[in-house]
Amino acid sequence: MAHGPAKGIGRWLFATNHKDIGTMYLWFSFAMFLLGGTFAMIIRAELFAPGMQLVKPEFFNQMTTMHGLVMVFGAIMPSFVGLANWMIPLQIGAPDMALPRMNNLSFWILPFGFALLASTLFMEGGAPNFGWTFYAPLSTTYAPDTVNFFIFGVHIIGASSIMGSINIIATVLNLRAPGMTMMKLPLFVWTWLITAFLLVAVMPVLAGVVTMMLMDINFGTSFFDAAGGGDPVLFQHIFWFFGHPEVYIIILPAFGVVSAIIPTFSRKPLFGYSSMVYATSAIAFLSFIVWAHHMFTTGMPIAGELYFMYATMLIAVPTGVKVFNWITTMFRGSLSFETPMLFAIAFVILFTFGGFTGLMLAVAPADIQYHDSYFVVGHFHYVMVAGAVFSMTAGIYYWLPKWCGKMYDETMGKLQFWIAFIGFNIAFIPQHFLGLAGMPRRYADYALQFSDWNMVSSIGAFMYGAAQLLFLYNVIRTIVAGEPTSEEKTWEGAEGLEWTLPTPAPFHTFSTPPEVK
Amino acid sequence: MVSRLKQLVAYALSPLLLLSFVGQNAHAEDAHASGWSLLNMPQGVTSVSNDIYDLHMTVVWICVWISVVVYGVMFYSMFAHRKSKGYKAANFHESTTVELLWTIVPVLILIWVAFPSTKSLIELYDTTEADIDIKITGYQWKWQYEYLGEGVEFMSELTTSEPAIYNLEPKTEFYLSEVNEPLVLPVGKKVRFLLTAKDVIHSWWVPDLGVKRDAVPGFINETWAKIDEPGVYRGFCAELCGKGHAFMPIVVNAVSEDEYKTWLAEKKEAAAVLREMAKQTFTLEQLMAKGEVAYNRSCAGCHSGNGEGIPGAFPALKGSAIALGPVAKHLDVMVNGVSGTAMQAFGGQLSEVDLAAIITYERNAWGNNVGDMVQPIDVLKFKQGQ
Ligand code: HEM
Ligand SMILES: [Cu+2]
Repeated sequence: MAHGPAKGIGRWLFATNHKDIGTMYLWFSFAMFLLGGTFAMIIRAELFAPGMQLVKPEFFNQMTTMHGLVMVFGAIMPSFVGLANWMIPLQIGAPDMALPRMNNLSFWILPFGFALLASTLFMEGGAPNFGWTFYAPLSTTYAPDTVNFFIFGVHIIGASSIMGSINIIATVLNLRAPGMTMMKLPLFVWTWLITAFLLVAVMPVLAGVVTMMLMDINFGTSFFDAAGGGDPVLFQHIFWFFGHPEVYIIILPAFGVVSAIIPTFSRKPLFGYSSMVYATSAIAFLSFIVWAHHMFTTGMPIAGELYFMYATMLIAVPTGVKVFNWITTMFRGSLSFETPMLFAIAFVILFTFGGFTGLMLAVAPADIQYHDSYFVVGHFHYVMVAGAVFSMTAGIYYWLPKWCGKMYDETMGKLQFWIAFIGFNIAFIPQHFLGLAGMPRRYADYALQFSDWNMVSSIGAFMYGAAQLLFLYNVIRTIVAGEPTSEEKTWEGAEGLEWTLPTPAPFHTFSTPPEVK
Repeated sequence: MVSRLKQLVAYALSPLLLLSFVGQNAHAEDAHASGWSLLNMPQGVTSVSNDIYDLHMTVVWICVWISVVVYGVMFYSMFAHRKSKGYKAANFHESTTVELLWTIVPVLILIWVAFPSTKSLIELYDTTEADIDIKITGYQWKWQYEYLGEGVEFMSELTTSEPAIYNLEPKTEFYLSEVNEPLVLPVGKKVRFLLTAKDVIHSWWVPDLGVKRDAVPGFINETWAKIDEPGVYRGFCAELCGKGHAFMPIVVNAVSEDEYKTWLAEKKEAAAVLREMAKQTFTLEQLMAKGEVAYNRSCAGCHSGNGEGIPGAFPALKGSAIALGPVAKHLDVMVNGVSGTAMQAFGGQLSEVDLAAIITYERNAWGNNVGDMVQPIDVLKFKQGQ
């Protein structure tokens, strides 16, 4: 190779290498994961028993808001961008991302966006306290002054996401190795390509809605203020026009990771590759036309309710197709259960469960009872934590040996898996019961009949939190003291260009494009 | 036999099932079952809540049977098709027939669910021909109920004490779900609810009535309930509305029609007495005493009990220009609120007596010592003068 990485801090500050940038994204998102996790631990500790023990209700609201924002925008989204940076060039046989300098910028503005957001914790008035969905007018007329920091933070984070996605689109469309046709792309690349289009379409909508807030708060407009002729429900329409595609932005790359891992450890090709591609596209399309299923209790006209109910039910169909394909891939394979596979299987089981509750929520009359209760909290943690976060964990264990040329400790990986799996279910199954029994979400304190399940849920949450510390330890231990490996193919069943490279992957790869047959 | 089988399946399978077999919700009046038995949605006491429950159970069972198949195949291959058992992988990876099948069958199932869902939704939206109209207004952090056409209205707010919340006193049975005055409704009558809010969005949720509807400032939403059984039904605010979100419960007391009529007559009587009281003159001591109680109930939530407010969020009244300044401005702020801020218009929420007492209290408490008094009649005049 021509040259290696630069020396010192400059290597990271001026990084244009996709691997270095990917690494920074991954570490940054893990830091955010721990921060958001800390907020979650505070929430669950407060809810351990009825009564206010640790924090005041106003701080509690700041915690639920910051937890949601940091996890969605700081932990999950950047972690998948990091994975995309690392893996897309390796999987399509490209030397790097198409726009390396923009890549540097899109990463380096992120810490500033989150610094803006987190700095509000130390200001008078406190951090945002209006929920990660920041409904107006609670987030405008009634918000603390620090809301302006939140707005600019969101702008920066959004700009970063848009740049990241443009880069991915440009890379996938232009830098594929000769012979790597679209229908040969690994599914991770496909799902990311579609996700990137979703991001480019909806991040500007998010930027728009926060800008309208900014105007309402500081410049006398009344977009969301009924007293000035505006409409608070308009806020929700705009937010969810961003927000629903956003949840698929979170899950589609996770689908891609799982679609790589399951065939590897089943030693059998992915079942229904092309139907997977079509199902992903169908989900992406449908995700634009179902947003108001988050608004069944706002008093929409009945025609709107019916339409959004039918459209939402439809989304379950392509989602089901994906699940059936994964399971058929496993069927009559030759299965082994290394840590990445354990997480991938848990993903399929738990994500499917989240899909079931999603289907229940889609039924508009029943959603009258579920909406804004803990049932919804249960639903989206099944799809986002057991979905996105489990698949991310699986992906890291799966590719870590390729990245650093060291093998992780399998026993510790499995231990982490079981603590996380059991802890997760103890934490979130009871939340469905709580919701059905009538406990609303975002409650700092609750009536006595909800005590038992809240306590159980908190215990599970602490377990799940502990598993993440084990994860951190295991990853660091691997990098520092893991057993060196130089096998090209870490996993015997693995397929794809990344496994044709030396291990650890050199700083520059595919400087001459590989030939794909 | 079939139900035995269902139970067995239920035990063996996904945790989703827990919902379906343990939650036999015996509904007694105000029985609020203890923690562990709370697993399922209540069936409730209106036709809508019953329809919703049936729909919910239908979908739960559909999910259960699908999960039997899906998880079944998955667990089977996890046991039978292991490398450690020497199982050799097959190599199939495509079948259009199968793909079509598992696209079409779910579509059919969904169409099957769509029919009853559509029917219940239409029923739920039919707010015509109501016997009684109640206007419900959400405030940070309490509910106002207005019996339209009857001249009866009141505020319903949490009675759980602050020390109980901060664990300084024991918690009683209806901790955080008790209010000073419940919404009283007759059974067997169709009641239409007209919902709105004065500040932020709230959401009025009583599971047993199958009602949850957002109260949006500046807009009026409609929904309805016809309660079948007398009893006390409790609910909560479901839309995040600020720091008191968890502290504005709902209590509905459903009584027979006769009892309802008696109750309504008494309320009308009491309203007349209150109007009379507004014409009296009070001493400073009387106003201060009344003012302290009313202040702590309605104002202390934001401006805090010692008048110091919450820095950065809610202004202090102790030493504030308004509390120490001219009465007219003070009245204006109290009665009309300050638009664009969290300060509500209390003119329509509190009686003239309470308004007068609070203003007097604010001007003369915590070291504020303007020394003047505001009488109920002054408040009345101010309101009429507008
Ligand atoms: C079968 C597919 C799915 C269906 C039919 C579905 C349906 C729904 C519905 C109807 C709601 C609104 C519930 C309410 O607020 O009353 C909801 C909430 C939510 N869903 Fe899903 N969902 C599905 C999959 C997913 C996936 C894959 C994700 C993300 C990875 C997701 C994330 C969320 C989130 C974050 C919320 C709550 C947002 C909030 O109010 O804070 N869902 N879902
Ligand atoms: Cu959605």
